[in-house]
Amino acid sequence: MKPINEVKINLLSCSSNEAFARVAVASFIAQLDPTIEEINDIKTAVSEAVTNCIVHAYSERIDTVYITVRIFENRLVKITVRDRGCGIEDVKKAMEPLYTTAGGERAGLGFAVMGSFMDKLNVRSKLGKGTTVILTKQLSYRTRANG
Amino acid sequence: MAVNIDVTGEVVTARLDGELDHHAAASIREEIDKSIDANRPTLVIIDFRDLTFMDSSGIGLVMGRYKKTREIGAELHITNTSPQIYKVMRLSGLERLAVIDRGGYKNETDK
Repeated sequence: MKPINEVKINLLSCSSNEAFARVAVASFIAQLDPTIEEINDIKTAVSEAVTNCIVHAYSERIDTVYITVRIFENRLVKITVRDRGCGIEDVKKAMEPLYTTAGGERAGLGFAVMGSFMDKLNVRSKLGKGTTVILTKQLSYRTRANG
Repeated sequence: MAVNIDVTGEVVTARLDGELDHHAAASIREEIDKSIDANRPTLVIIDFRDLTFMDSSGIGLVMGRYKKTREIGAELHITNTSPQIYKVMRLSGLERLAVIDRGGYKNETDK
């Protein structure tokens, strides 16, 4: 399936870029005139995915996070967040709510939020090679009251 | 991202302002904890009225403060959570730990 529009955003894994990443993705999707709830869902999921890259994948170094946003026919949005970091040893375990390998006050809810705020969550990971997270959302069709 | 802390008697109120993510959480946590340690309150209120965004880093922050208030025998209240913030909180089961008052947002999301 070929996208009708696409943007690629590469950014360094500095935590100060978390806000930029979610706002940049939301700005691109704004052309579909999504609802406020849809935009918030997408911002939250992107924030989780990028935070995972910073906290987990590149915990030892600053490196590049690759984000691709694709818009398909019929208001389908696919967001890919990819890193070349440490990879996840056990993806199934990592996706369990409340499970975290990070210390401090990480809640272990990143994947749970992505999964419940988006329609589909796909995670591929290879130890030492990196992780790719694909977030899919079907935007609703709505009739606008005021043009 | 900022936090304004108000101390009245035995009540510490922390008003969050801006976007709460992993980047912002550390300094906010420090400021709230400093005030809890200094004032030994019986009630801690975290007010989300002016918070425009929150991801699961905010859950970590609230859970951490829940543990801290428990340790000193204080109660934790969460107020004015917008629909987006409440949606993140509900996922964590936080409403079982702390009193959440959704303020003026309540009717907006009850379907």
